Amino acid sequence: MFYREAGDFKTSYIDDSQTFPIKFDRYRYYVVLAVAFGIIPFIINDYWANALLLPFLIYAIAAIGLNILVGYCGQVSLGTGGFMAVGAYACYKLMTAFPDVSMFIHVILAGGITAFVGVLFGLPSLRIKGFYLAVATLAAQFFLVWLFNRVPWFYNYSASGQINAPERDVFGIIITGPNAPAWATYLFCLIFLTVCAIIARNLTRGTTGRTWMAIRDMDIAAEIIGVNPLKAKLTAFAVSSFFVGISGALFFAVYLGAVEVGEVFGIQKSFLVLFMVIIGGLGSIFGSFAGAAFLVLLPVVLKLLGVDLLGWPTDIVAHLNLVIVGALIIMFLILEPHGLAQLWRVAKEKLRLWPFPH
Amino acid sequence: MNKKLATLALGAVMAAGPVMADLVFPSLSYRTGPYAAGGIPFADGYADYFTLLNERDGGIGGVPARVLECETGYNTEKGVECYESTKGEGALVYQPLSTGITYQLIPKVTADGIPLHTMGYGRTSAANGKVFSHVFNYPANYWNGASGAINYLLDSNGGDLSGKKIALVYHNSAYGKEPIRTLETLAEKHGYDLTLLPVDHPGQEQKSQWLQIRREKPDFVIMWGWGVMNQVAVQEAANIRFPMENFIGVWWSGAEFDVQPAGEKATGYKALTFTGLGDDYPVYEDLQKYVVDSGKAAGAGDQLGTVQYNRGLYAAMLAAEAVKTAQEMHGTADIDASMMRDGMEALEITNAKMEALGMAGFGPEFSVSCDNHGGPGLVGVVQWDAAAGTWNPVQDFKPTDVEVINALIEEDSAAYAAENNISQRCE
Repeated sequence: MFYREAGDFKTSYIDDSQTFPIKFDRYRYYVVLAVAFGIIPFIINDYWANALLLPFLIYAIAAIGLNILVGYCGQVSLGTGGFMAVGAYACYKLMTAFPDVSMFIHVILAGGITAFVGVLFGLPSLRIKGFYLAVATLAAQFFLVWLFNRVPWFYNYSASGQINAPERDVFGIIITGPNAPAWATYLFCLIFLTVCAIIARNLTRGTTGRTWMAIRDMDIAAEIIGVNPLKAKLTAFAVSSFFVGISGALFFAVYLGAVEVGEVFGIQKSFLVLFMVIIGGLGSIFGSFAGAAFLVLLPVVLKLLGVDLLGWPTDIVAHLNLVIVGALIIMFLILEPHGLAQLWRVAKEKLRLWPFPH
Repeated sequence: MNKKLATLALGAVMAAGPVMADLVFPSLSYRTGPYAAGGIPFADGYADYFTLLNERDGGIGGVPARVLECETGYNTEKGVECYESTKGEGALVYQPLSTGITYQLIPKVTADGIPLHTMGYGRTSAANGKVFSHVFNYPANYWNGASGAINYLLDSNGGDLSGKKIALVYHNSAYGKEPIRTLETLAEKHGYDLTLLPVDHPGQEQKSQWLQIRREKPDFVIMWGWGVMNQVAVQEAANIRFPMENFIGVWWSGAEFDVQPAGEKATGYKALTFTGLGDDYPVYEDLQKYVVDSGKAAGAGDQLGTVQYNRGLYAAMLAAEAVKTAQEMHGTADIDASMMRDGMEALEITNAKMEALGMAGFGPEFSVSCDNHGGPGLVGVVQWDAAAGTWNPVQDFKPTDVEVINALIEEDSAAYAAENNISQRCE
């Protein structure tokens, strides 16, 4: 009844090609933005920020990045953890080398450095694909983690090999370090997520995104119709790594504050982000959000239910968490291989016909 | 129906309303994952001691203690989540039993004004109270451990280690890297060669490290391991027939479960310690009577008397004593985190005190002060006897090379202070 194209007339090309062609979607989008920017910062506390919202926002950026590579361009990557580490260490080196520069610039530069590294490791994708490419990116994962553990220059020769985020600000508001207010860290990450999501959305529905999808669907056919595979694949690696690098920088500087590369950016991080993309939905920006929210919220909700409400032993709940996440992944792969985004799409189709389905 | 709803609502209000005053001790434990073998007994000991105080004495100074357990799985992200979810409950002191989580929490607890006690782990230079106002690592730290191991080797080799080869097998993380700096400095002083052999998380894969040890034949091997890594290392050492009496682990690599899988071959393996062994203490009678027999023991209740259980018990005892000190200082039984910090800084553990608690000789005597949050750093050595299934002391608590260690602590904490614009206290 409310959710339909009928009656929503477009009179210009700009209107016709907008992101949300349906009025209801458009208003929903504005409402979400208004709540995220206008209401949550005023009611947020440390627990909500550090346990739920920051990890969700940061993982969502990483998931968008990986989704561009895997979901849109079809290049399987297991190197996400390694690329996040590049972003984190680049951000750390920049933060300590140029203490007076704004955090915005550091994070964007960290993304740029990661994009460069991503392109380097993306070069093999021109010759190999599928599982072989996955193995090549796996090598990137292990090599990068080893590098950051091995070369003391990256962690400024500290005794423990850890990197610690010093206190830095944006326009006088502290963003990193223990004294940063919850609303500031939240808004900082939210701004990055919003801009990344808008960029990703518009890239994927423009020429660049279409060449990526052409490569994904059949690279030989794409080459015959004039898509340059070198350009398409390397831009996908660059853009994807840029987003992943930003998420790594935020993960270290804003969320955790101290990072040990082997533990935080190990192979399990690559898999976690890949699960987010798979559960959320390959080739969908909304899916990246849904997948990140699902995998960040699930353990916390289970813990709240099991430990705080039912009073079960903590180890039982931790084991149950593994069982449930595993079962859900298998269930999704069997029942809905296109992820949460597909459920959302089906729901929208149904809404269009409601209340008079055929 | 309405009545039922009203009862439910009332129940919810009562549950959410202000409860009676209590002393909250969050226990960031890990009963799952590759480090659970060490995490379970420690968490059990920590919880059982507070249960004992509640059951026997009605709490500390009349105020009951409440242990809030939160599972971290030795994972720093979950550690942060646990910290944020428990700090609002009036947490008095955090003991994460993880060096990685400690590094996360140091700036956070300092900003929030909650003390952090990292007993024998964490950031070594936090012993400098002038820089780290809210972090304590008494009674001993990693650099005491490194120096204690070298001192023991010096003693057993006639005071001379020059030309000897020592290999350090370490967990490739902030934890395992801690002793390197001290061992390198001591290598210059005593003239031994140091080989570094990192083992990556979680530590099941050590074939290449032990192959290297077999090839290079170091005179001694020192290990900084935790969790499953310890068992694998002891087994591998047995496999290459490395003489066990020349193999020394830090205190986190010296529990029963670390050596039992290797069976008879583990006999002779040594480990450092800063706590007492076994259950031959009067406090265990009370534990049996008030906690175990009444079915209130934490976990499966089968860890009593093991090495890491004793550490958990000891950590809880130090926390409880700090609470008592704080209660005396501030004249109130219901203390908060800042009073707890004062209590920890004025903590004094004497033999008489430990005897009164039924824990005579359980740990070294020490006192904490404003500029020294690290205690005296006395280190003992124990040796495993597989046939008897016990750890036997081979060296009593002995002082370590504080001259070298203090210089390093000063240097590292000064760097931290400069990095974070901290001005020195205690002047």
